[in-house]
Amino acid sequence: METVKIVLRDQEYEVKGGMTLRDALNQLGINRESVLATRQGELITDDEILRPGETIRLVAVISGG
Amino acid sequence: MKCRKCPQKAVINMRQHKLALCAVHFPQWMVEQTQRFIQKYRMFTPEERVLVAVSGGKDSLSLWDILWQLGYQVDGVYISLGIDGGFGYSQKSQALCEKFAAQRGLKLIVVSASDQVGLTIPELAAVTQRGKDKPCSVCGLTKRHILDRVALEGKYDALATGHNLDDEVAVLFGNTLNWNVGYLSRQSPVLPARHPGLVRKVKPLCRFYEREMAAYALVRGIEYIYEECPHAEGSTTIYYKTLLNQLEADRPGAKLSFYLAFLRAKEKGLFAQFFPEEEGLGAGGEVLHTCPNCGGPTTLEGLCAFCRMVDKVHEMGKQT
Repeated sequence: METVKIVLRDQEYEVKGGMTLRDALNQLGINRESVLATRQGELITDDEILRPGETIRLVAVISGG
Repeated sequence: MKCRKCPQKAVINMRQHKLALCAVHFPQWMVEQTQRFIQKYRMFTPEERVLVAVSGGKDSLSLWDILWQLGYQVDGVYISLGIDGGFGYSQKSQALCEKFAAQRGLKLIVVSASDQVGLTIPELAAVTQRGKDKPCSVCGLTKRHILDRVALEGKYDALATGHNLDDEVAVLFGNTLNWNVGYLSRQSPVLPARHPGLVRKVKPLCRFYEREMAAYALVRGIEYIYEECPHAEGSTTIYYKTLLNQLEADRPGAKLSFYLAFLRAKEKGLFAQFFPEEEGLGAGGEVLHTCPNCGGPTTLEGLCAFCRMVDKVHEMGKQT
């Protein structure tokens, strides 16, 4: 499988493997300041290369009423 | 990306500080920085007793965790608001606070808004019709009243809240857009008690980005309520935070420098004329009276806004 699944709340996105997380977020229009990314429960920085077939879960960080 | 302090992989890159840290050094840095801010802004001392207002969210539980690690005398207070939102928001957040406290052997005070007023926050908002169609105004008024009362009754020296830099900058941005100098003059990491019915308010997390707070909670394994308050959806605060994060993405450090430059301007007396230093005076220099019912401050003579609201509810109850 070539693609990487990116999950943010109840939204699922797919991007090509081999690009950096930063590029993937840019491509999806997700502001990197508003999320944290986890790979198998561990936080990763946005220079990480995404591996084909993996799932990256994003944690939204903005809250407040 | 490697950690600045060791060969391990970084878990967060804080571009505004040009600092990337690993899962060991990042939480250590957060704790050290919090201690630095507590001292810099003279929030409280180790001899003083601190009450932390916890909501079950990432910021307040992380704050409690940090203060506990630093060895401060710190208890928590949770206010049950009776908000359900279809997923038991209040129930779930209370359970998380109780679990957090039990795991660390900390004291948690739980106060129910409906025990105090006779109605949950959504019911109170519907009855009083305060704040248009949202209960946020009623919620804020009730929480401020209860937190001051609990802190004073428990003889705490300070009430700590989990406001982070994004919270502070969103408020600052909104008040600057409207040039609301009264509110601008009051915004500070420390708000001294200016009336016997108030307790000192402190914000030890005011210089951490919201992203760092979420990262801290994840790295420390703190279980927090991820779902947003159902009434916060579409709020102005979230809108401002989103705008400010767009700015931050293009110009790392923009949020921090906006806030710090504001604090420096305040120190130089930019808003001094709007917020007199004397105790017993409100933000606009008006005399603070004492509510004959609860002892809290009020800018008008007679009952304070909270007691007026409760009175109104009781009157309506008698009529039905």
